[in-house]
Amino acid sequence: MEHITLLLAIVVVTALVFDFTNGFHDTANAMATTISTGALKPKTAVAMSAVLNLVGAFLSVEVAKTISGGIVNENGLRTEVIFAALVGAILWNLLTWLVGLPSSSSHALFGGLIGAAVMSAGWSSINGGTVVTKVLLPAIAAPFVAGVAALLATKLTYRINRNITDEAQLKSTAKGYRAGQIASAGLVSLAHGTNDAQKTMGIITLALVTGGVLAPGSNPPVWVIASAGLAIAMGTYLGGWRIIRTMGSGLTELRPPQGFAAQTSAATVILASSHLGFSLSTTQSCSGAVMGAGLGRKGGVVRWSTATRMFVAWGLTLPAAGLVGAGAEFLTKQGPWGVAVVAVLLVAGSGAIWMLSRRKPVDHTNVTAADAEPAGVVTTAIAAVSPPPVGMGVPELKTTIPAPAPSSEAPADPPRPATV
Amino acid sequence: MNIDWAALASVFGVSLVVTVALVGLFSLGIVALAKQASPAQGAASPVRARAGAYACFALCAAAVAYGIYLIVA
Repeated sequence: MEHITLLLAIVVVTALVFDFTNGFHDTANAMATTISTGALKPKTAVAMSAVLNLVGAFLSVEVAKTISGGIVNENGLRTEVIFAALVGAILWNLLTWLVGLPSSSSHALFGGLIGAAVMSAGWSSINGGTVVTKVLLPAIAAPFVAGVAALLATKLTYRINRNITDEAQLKSTAKGYRAGQIASAGLVSLAHGTNDAQKTMGIITLALVTGGVLAPGSNPPVWVIASAGLAIAMGTYLGGWRIIRTMGSGLTELRPPQGFAAQTSAATVILASSHLGFSLSTTQSCSGAVMGAGLGRKGGVVRWSTATRMFVAWGLTLPAAGLVGAGAEFLTKQGPWGVAVVAVLLVAGSGAIWMLSRRKPVDHTNVTAADAEPAGVVTTAIAAVSPPPVGMGVPELKTTIPAPAPSSEAPADPPRPATV
Repeated sequence: MNIDWAALASVFGVSLVVTVALVGLFSLGIVALAKQASPAQGAASPVRARAGAYACFALCAAAVAYGIYLIVA
């Protein structure tokens, strides 16, 4: 009995830690564009997002009854498996934060859960079809849907604004767009608090039920709701500045109308998808919306090298978190000492990632400034040389190849007819 | 494996229409206010421009309220 309660306590704490990483990992979704267009000061933005996340956690009482929504057969899921899954998800969240790439926290959790469940009960515990419909297809659809919506909205905005040319009017419209953007960002924060804090409450409740503390089917106790809400809010307030920088100014340069279009598109897609029965990842919708808005402005450029790294991270989320989850489950299977080893490894791994992050800290002081300047020069240069890239091509290649081509083609041309 | 194409298509359609409509409305409102702010481009009637702008913003606010309702419900 003593052992069970200790394990339960570990799982509850780990779930709250995951909730915390989820918060600071996903602050970018709501606030990256708001910060980069200057609608809100960085600290104000994360504070507002944190409060709305906390409010969101209390808004809905319909706690997620399943962690994975049918991906994993959750009957008879042991507490250790949940623990191992959380370890995989946390480490992947921290790693993607370290390299500053937005990736879906839910997918990380799914990945950890799949890995741990396969290690625990074999491949039969996974519904392969559900993985495709709930993870792979949305991962492709989300950025596309949000991107197209943001692209068209941005084009429309610039068309409506085409007669606005004098300085005072431009200032007035920019101010208006910033205000509108704050409203959209608030909606995204609120939705995030409701969805993702519920998820953690669901995990803790499930763990309490499997541990025999709660009766099956019971609602989460108040302390679970409060602690999950607080954990996600604290994580959000801490601010995942690295990811905010990538999303706000790393993918493309956003002006107030674009920021408004992107954030509104993201908010709409998130709400529409969760209420029409085809759930799309918040992170992927937001990233797609930012890129769409970037392409929508004349002369706007998306940095495809950053976007490609982000897509690669999305593709790796499931297998990487799965591998860590499987490894963790392999250890916890060995008995109590295995659980202890995994807990120590989790703390050590998180500590190591944090130490690495201190080498080149990114915080609210340099989230928009420092690196954005030289990068901006590069983008404008690319914009001047080549038309906005359409496909997945790396812009640098396109710009360098045409330059030497004429000189090398001139001497190369004459021999060609001769040989034909 | 059963992909719900209809749900995906409706998410795509609804998102597209709502986003473009909202952003368009908000832009119209902002532009109306901005034009009215500077007398150089004197709009036909400043009162009507202002009323139109506020109507646009009211519709946007209604959309936000519906969004909050969706989150809570």
